[in-house]
Amino acid sequence: MKFLKQFGIILLISFIGELLYTLLPFPVPASIYGIMILFLCLQTGLVRLDAVKETSDFLIEIMPVMFVPAAAGLMDSWQAMKEDIVAYAVITALTTCLVMIVSGRVVQFGIQFGMRRDRHE
Amino acid sequence: MSEFFETSVFFGVLFSILSYGIGVLLKKKWKLAVCNPLLIAVVLVILFLAVSDIDSSVYQEGAKPISFLLTPATVCLAVPLYEQMELLKKNYKAVLIGIFCGVLTSLASIWLLAFLFELDHASYVTLLPKSITTAIGMGVSQELGGYVSVTVAVIIVTGVIGNMFAETICRIFKIHDPIARGIAIGASSHAIGTAKAMELGEVEGAMSSLSIVVSGILTVIGASLFAKFMV
Repeated sequence: MKFLKQFGIILLISFIGELLYTLLPFPVPASIYGIMILFLCLQTGLVRLDAVKETSDFLIEIMPVMFVPAAAGLMDSWQAMKEDIVAYAVITALTTCLVMIVSGRVVQFGIQFGMRRDRHE
Repeated sequence: MSEFFETSVFFGVLFSILSYGIGVLLKKKWKLAVCNPLLIAVVLVILFLAVSDIDSSVYQEGAKPISFLLTPATVCLAVPLYEQMELLKKNYKAVLIGIFCGVLTSLASIWLLAFLFELDHASYVTLLPKSITTAIGMGVSQELGGYVSVTVAVIIVTGVIGNMFAETICRIFKIHDPIARGIAIGASSHAIGTAKAMELGEVEGAMSSLSIVVSGILTVIGASLFAKFMV
């Protein structure tokens, strides 16, 4: 019964996320509401870690495969993109790397800076 | 034979998993960033559909059971986040500032490049939500008057690029701290990048998951401001 219960809880939270997406006026998708709900449930102890752990590990492990159909469907938007394809490609590649470098370096600097300050205090 | 594929219940899912499996094997063999399992899986699926006479809608229909699991799997990202809560509490300032800088960098660099490439306003706002998770990005694009299907395509390509080059970029730019690596990956390449962060480690995965939520929300606000910057 362990896996059935775990999968049930995860689906229930996804469903509540779906409901919130329909009811609330924000452009926040069901999955993001779901992350917040599950996180709050774990924090408050409403859902215990062992009530979701194994199924959650399984779903996260197989997650990359879930992107294959969506990415293979890219071919269908080719027509809409081909006019500006060079601009789209350059901007996408460049900004992705730039964001990764900036956010990573900033966090790393912040952590090192914080540690240094802790030592002085 | 193609009729069989059209009626097969298992073809779409099995084919996706097999293609991904081949990608994993090639990655193990060559260890190159280009041998990214996700990229290889996508290329294999596209090639197979192109050479066979199976329509891509048949594959998409068959693959629905895995797409169905995407929302529940995303919800589960709360679990690693919860498990790393202590670490997050200790470093929340650096983490939040880092995500904020990432979102700002994304919007500002898209603005600058769109200006340089002389893109029209619709194409510009199409690109603005490119680093956030698909479902939020689609909403932003629609709200601002962008081409939603192109936004989806750009978001997925962004994710695949992040997934492919995360390790290389972190190495070249000396981002060694697992918290910093996780935030960098999540802020730049949302859930598809997070799949990579999960492979790198528990801390990386948790921080990347947090990044998806925070940068998604910040981008909703930021994109509507940046949309006004260019006519």
